[in-house]
Amino acid sequence: MSILRVEQLNAHHGLLQAVRGVSLSVGEGETLALVGANGAGKTTLLRTIAGGHRASSGTVVFGGADVTSLPAHRRVRRGITLVPEGRRLFPEMTMEENLLVAARGGRKGEWSLSRVYEAFPILHPLRRKRAATLSGGEQQMTAIARALMTNPTLLLIDEASLGLAPVAVERVYESLETVVATGTTLVLVEQDLGRALSVASRIVCMLEGRIVLEGSATEITREQIVEAYFGLRRGNGGGET
Amino acid sequence: MIWLNQIIQGVLLGGYYALLATGLSLMFGVMRIINLAHGDLAVVGAFLIWWLHDRGHSIAVSLAVGLVAMALLGVVLQRAVLERSLRAGVLVPLLTTFGLAIVIENLLFQKFGADIRSLDIGNLAFDGWKITNEIYVGRLPVLIFVVALAMLGGLQLFLSRAPLGRAMRATAQDPDTAELVGVNARGVYLAAAAIAVATAGLAGAFLGMRATFDAYAGPTQLIFAFEAVVIGGLGSLWGTLFGGIAIGVAQTVGAQFDPQWSILTGHLVFLAVMTLRLIKAAAEGRGGFMAALGMEA
Amino acid sequence: MSAAQAIKVERWTPVSLLATGTGTVLLGALSLAPLLFGASALDKLTELYVYVILAAMWNALAGYAGLVSVGQQAFFGLGAYAAVQLSNHGLNVYLALALAGLVAGAISLPTSLLVLRLRGGEFAIAMWVVAEVFHLLVNLDHSVGGVTGTSLIALGRYDPTDRRRYTYWLALAAMALMLAAVFLLLRSRLGASMQAIRDDEGAAASVGVRVLRTKLVVFVLAAIGCGAAGAVWLAGQLTFQPNSFFSVQWTAYMLFMTLVGGLGTFEGPIIGAVIFFVVQDQFGQQGVWYLVGLGLTAVLFALLLPRGLWGTLEDRLGVRLLPVGYRVRRLATVGRES
Repeated sequence: MSILRVEQLNAHHGLLQAVRGVSLSVGEGETLALVGANGAGKTTLLRTIAGGHRASSGTVVFGGADVTSLPAHRRVRRGITLVPEGRRLFPEMTMEENLLVAARGGRKGEWSLSRVYEAFPILHPLRRKRAATLSGGEQQMTAIARALMTNPTLLLIDEASLGLAPVAVERVYESLETVVATGTTLVLVEQDLGRALSVASRIVCMLEGRIVLEGSATEITREQIVEAYFGLRRGNGGGET
Repeated sequence: MIWLNQIIQGVLLGGYYALLATGLSLMFGVMRIINLAHGDLAVVGAFLIWWLHDRGHSIAVSLAVGLVAMALLGVVLQRAVLERSLRAGVLVPLLTTFGLAIVIENLLFQKFGADIRSLDIGNLAFDGWKITNEIYVGRLPVLIFVVALAMLGGLQLFLSRAPLGRAMRATAQDPDTAELVGVNARGVYLAAAAIAVATAGLAGAFLGMRATFDAYAGPTQLIFAFEAVVIGGLGSLWGTLFGGIAIGVAQTVGAQFDPQWSILTGHLVFLAVMTLRLIKAAAEGRGGFMAALGMEA
Repeated sequence: MSAAQAIKVERWTPVSLLATGTGTVLLGALSLAPLLFGASALDKLTELYVYVILAAMWNALAGYAGLVSVGQQAFFGLGAYAAVQLSNHGLNVYLALALAGLVAGAISLPTSLLVLRLRGGEFAIAMWVVAEVFHLLVNLDHSVGGVTGTSLIALGRYDPTDRRRYTYWLALAAMALMLAAVFLLLRSRLGASMQAIRDDEGAAASVGVRVLRTKLVVFVLAAIGCGAAGAVWLAGQLTFQPNSFFSVQWTAYMLFMTLVGGLGTFEGPIIGAVIFFVVQDQFGQQGVWYLVGLGLTAVLFALLLPRGLWGTLEDRLGVRLLPVGYRVRRLATVGRES
C-alpha cells in the first residue's frame, strides 16, 4: 500500500533544474533512505514533496489524493511533515514553544507534549531554553520532536546527522527507532551510507536530479551505491523509466 | 515644579505615542514592512469614529464598530497591496505604502474637506486632578495612558501565550519553516495586519480626543510613531512604550522652552539617540542600528 | 565542442550612438529656445527641466543605489533657502542660484553620516525626519520670513524677459549637468558598483565593492541635483515659502515620475518627467482627485509594471538608447562545430 506516489516530478531553482523527472513510490510504514552527493537534488525533492518548494511539473500523490498544488501547511494537516535541513528551529523561542507552534499547526494524535518528553527525555530539562542556545544534537532532537507534534503519517527528514558528533547521531537514530515503531513512514536523506543501509528498508540514490539506483536495502550492495552515487554506473539504474 | 508637570504630561503623552507605534512595530516585526501609510491609517480611524459619532452613535459604539472596521481594512490592505508588495521586492512596500498614503490623505480631504476636527467627549476633555498649583493631571491623558498600557500588555500576552500569537512569532522568525510545521503564514500576516491597523485606528481616536486632526495629519503621526519605535528598539513592545515616553517628554519639555520648539525637540532627541546607536554599532564593527539591536532589517 | 569563439565587448552600439548624438543636438537646440519661444513656453520648459532633474536624482538614489528616500524635499528646500540667503548677503542672484546646489551638497555630507548606514525603510523615514528638521529650522529663521517666507527680491532688478531667459538657461544648464553627471557615473566603475549594491548589498561588499563610498557619491549627487532644482524652482516662483518647498509632495512627484518612467533605467526618469509634466499641466487644477490619481498610479505601477514604461519597453525590445551598459557580441565562430 503506497502512501506516497511521486510521478515525473520536475523542480527548478530559477533556471537551474534540481529535480528531473523523478518518479518514486513509498509504501506505508516503510523507511526509505535517499542518498546522493551534494547538489543531487535530494533536499529539493523532499521540499517539493512537503510543499516548501513548488514543482515545475509532475504530481505528488499522498494517501490517494493529489497534493501537488497544496501549500505546505495544508500538507501538514494531511500528514506530511518535513524536518528541514539545518534543523531550522525558531531561534528566539524556547524549546517548548517550538514544539507548541507545531502542535497548533498539525493534527491530533498520539504525539503530545507529554508523550514527546516521554520518548525524548533529554528534552524535558531544556524546556525553557532559547532554541538558539541548544547544542547541535539537542536542536536535531527538538526538530524531530517538533515535527512529531504534528502527528505525521509521513515524516521526511533532511540530513539528520549533519554536523553532529557521533554520540549525538547515535541518540538521534535511537529516537528514530521509536518513531518507526509507531508505524510512521519515514523518508530520510542521509549522507552516512552506513547509517542509511542499517536503518532503511529501501534505498534510492540520486545523481544530478535523477534517480539512478533503487532497491531494497538487503539486496543492494555498498559498491552499487558508491558507483551510482558518483555516476560511475553506465546504463540504467532501477529508477529511470 | 513646572518642569515636573511637563515631564508628567510628557509621560502621559508617551502612552499615546506608544499605542500609535504598536501597529508600526508589529507590522515590521512580523512582516518586515515599514508601512509609510501608518499615520494616515490612524487618521482614517479618527475620521471613521468621528463620522459614526456624528451620526448619533455614542462614542463607545462608534469605537467598537470603528475598530472592527479598521481591522477589516487591515485585512483588505494586506491582501490587496501589501502581500504583493512583499513578493515584488524589498523596496516595493515602501513605494506602495507611500503611494497609498497619498491616496488616503487626498481621499479623506475629498470627503471631509479642510476642516480641523476633534472628537467630542464632553467634560472628559477638561476634567482632571489638581495635584499642586503647577501640576495638573487630566483624566483623558491618564485614560489614554492606561488603555495604552493595557493594549501593550494584552498584545504581549497574546504573543507569548496564545497559539496564534506564538504562530506569529514563529512566522516572524522563519516563515518558511513555520509553514513546514503547519502554520498558515498568509493567515498570520492577515491577523497581524488586522491588529496593526486596528490599534492605529484606536490611536487615531485618541488623537481626536486629546487634540485635533485633519486629512493631512497622517505623516506627522507616522514620524512620531517611527521615532518611538526606533528609540525603544524593535522587538520589544515595552521598548516602544519607553520610546513613546521619550518622545513625549522631549516634546513637552521642549514646548516649555518655546512652543515652536516642541516638535523639533522630539526630532532632535531622536536624531541624538540614532547617532549614539550608530557610534556604538560602528564601535562594535557592525553597521546599522537595527543590526546592533539584534534585529535584521 | 571544438569551436573557438571570440567575444567582443562593446559600449557603443549604432543605436546608442545615434541616440546620444540626437540628445546632444537636442540640447543645443533647446538652448536657442529663448530666441524662438514666448514667455509661457519658456516657463513650461523650465518647469519640465526641474521635473527631469528631480526624477533623475530620485532614480539615481532608488533605482541605482537602492536608497528609497522619502525626504529629498530636504535638499530641494535647502537649495532654495541657500539661494535666498546667499542673495540676501550680497551675492549676485544668479550666482547664488547657481551655487545653491553645491550648498545642499555640502550639507548632505554631515547628513550622510547619520543616514547612510541605514537600510530600507529606516533610511526612508529617517530622511523624512531630516526633511522635517530642516523645515522646522528654516521656519525659525526670521531673516527669511520664518513660516510666511520671503521673496527673492534681487530678481526684481531684472527685466522680466531677461529674467525668464536667464532662469531658463540656468534650468537647462542644471539639467544638462546633472544628466551628464548621472550618465558618467553609470558608465564609471561606480556605476557597476551601484548595480551590484542594488541587486545584493552583501554580495557586493564581499567582492570588494565600497558600498558606503558608492552610496555616499550618489547621495551627495542627488542632494546637489535636488538643491539645484529647488533653486531653479525658486527663480521661477520668485517667492520662497518653506511649507511649499519642504513639502513631502515633492517626493510624491519624484516617486510617480520614476515609477511610471522606469526605475533603474537612464531614460526612464526623463520620460516619466515628461509624462508628469503633461499630466500636471492637464489635471493639476483638478485638486485632490488628481493627487489621488497620482498615488494610485504609482501603486499600480509598483505592483504591476515595476520596470515602468521605459523599462518594460527596454526589456521587450532589448534596446538600450544610451550606452550605460555593456553589450557582449559573439563574433563568427572559428573552427568546426561539434
